[in-house]
Amino acid sequence: MDAPGDDEVLSGVATATGWVADDVRAEFPDLRLLAATLEVQPGRSPDGVRQRLRGLSDRFRGSHAVTMRQDPIPWAYRVFYRHVGLDPDADRTPVEAAAVERLLRGAFKSRNVVDDALTIALVETGVPVWALDADRIEGELGIRVARAGERLGRDAGALPVSADRLVVADAQGPVAQLFSHPAAGHGVTRATTSLTLFAVQVANVPAIHVEEALYTCVEVLRSR
Amino acid sequence: MELLEHRRAPALEPFVVEIDERAARRSLREQIARLERELAHTFAGAYPRTGLEWAVPGMAGPRLLHLGELERVRDDLAARLRQARGDLAERTDREEECRRLIERMMLDPAAYKRVRVSREDIGERGCGHWHVRPRLGILGMLMGWWQVKLSSGCPLAEGR
Repeated sequence: MDAPGDDEVLSGVATATGWVADDVRAEFPDLRLLAATLEVQPGRSPDGVRQRLRGLSDRFRGSHAVTMRQDPIPWAYRVFYRHVGLDPDADRTPVEAAAVERLLRGAFKSRNVVDDALTIALVETGVPVWALDADRIEGELGIRVARAGERLGRDAGALPVSADRLVVADAQGPVAQLFSHPAAGHGVTRATTSLTLFAVQVANVPAIHVEEALYTCVEVLRSR
Repeated sequence: MELLEHRRAPALEPFVVEIDERAARRSLREQIARLERELAHTFAGAYPRTGLEWAVPGMAGPRLLHLGELERVRDDLAARLRQARGDLAERTDREEECRRLIERMMLDPAAYKRVRVSREDIGERGCGHWHVRPRLGILGMLMGWWQVKLSSGCPLAEGR
């Protein structure tokens, strides 16, 4: 298993490169998980963040949603989706899902500061970022294939996960299916005091974009 | 006789082909990436046309696909791209024909009475259409005064 990478400091927040299981890394040598943990106070977004979302909504056009898949980063995630057996037109990549939602709802709607930070990072960089409750994670995060009998999350009602699925896991087990929302019990709630952000880098996505995505999230969350 | 037996060629070892599956999968992934790029360009180029099929089924992921599954994804993408390009070419031929029809309607409206061509027919956005109609209604129809009218576009979402 690929050992976690050295910590780096991003806008005052330590980031760590997660591990990738050997069998997964052998197939996808460019696959990388980058995580950052920070203290946070979930709740309503401040005016500045809401205004930034409105600005993003105003700059986003329908034609952008059509041509987006030709852009290098959305294309790279579409290709990775194909490589792992997902249909990006059925299970949309996060940035395309955000684009469709923007067209359907007329704007990137503000929900709360955490979701808004993730949306801003996604739309500005094309790189998806997810947030987990850091207090529910044990050890380093990484990417591996799920094992027989495992469940997504550790809640009593956690759903079983197929033995061959790619998952994001900690030392205890899977906390999310790759490119899906966190499993029940691992997402950020009002009671969360510390969260772990993570982004998944795939082939043809420059590292600087992934770091920028995390940096953007940290910056938005710190603006509260 | 003895000499011939001595010269007989030694028995050949069974010919075993070793396939480097990982290299084959890598090659397939590169092909999938190229096809995805071409499909994305074709998709963007087809805008604003609707009704073309773009879906390529997934393989119940996310998971590590084996060689046969990657081949299927590659083949499905190639087939979809080929079909999309074919459908698009057919559509653009029809659109070109409709543009020529509009030109002919403009030159000789009376020869194309009541003919109507929409913006969609020529691959453009909007609800407008070219329609050969009689000038001054029934009088124009009786007198043979025909003209091409270009409608103003989409109706308002909520009428009064």
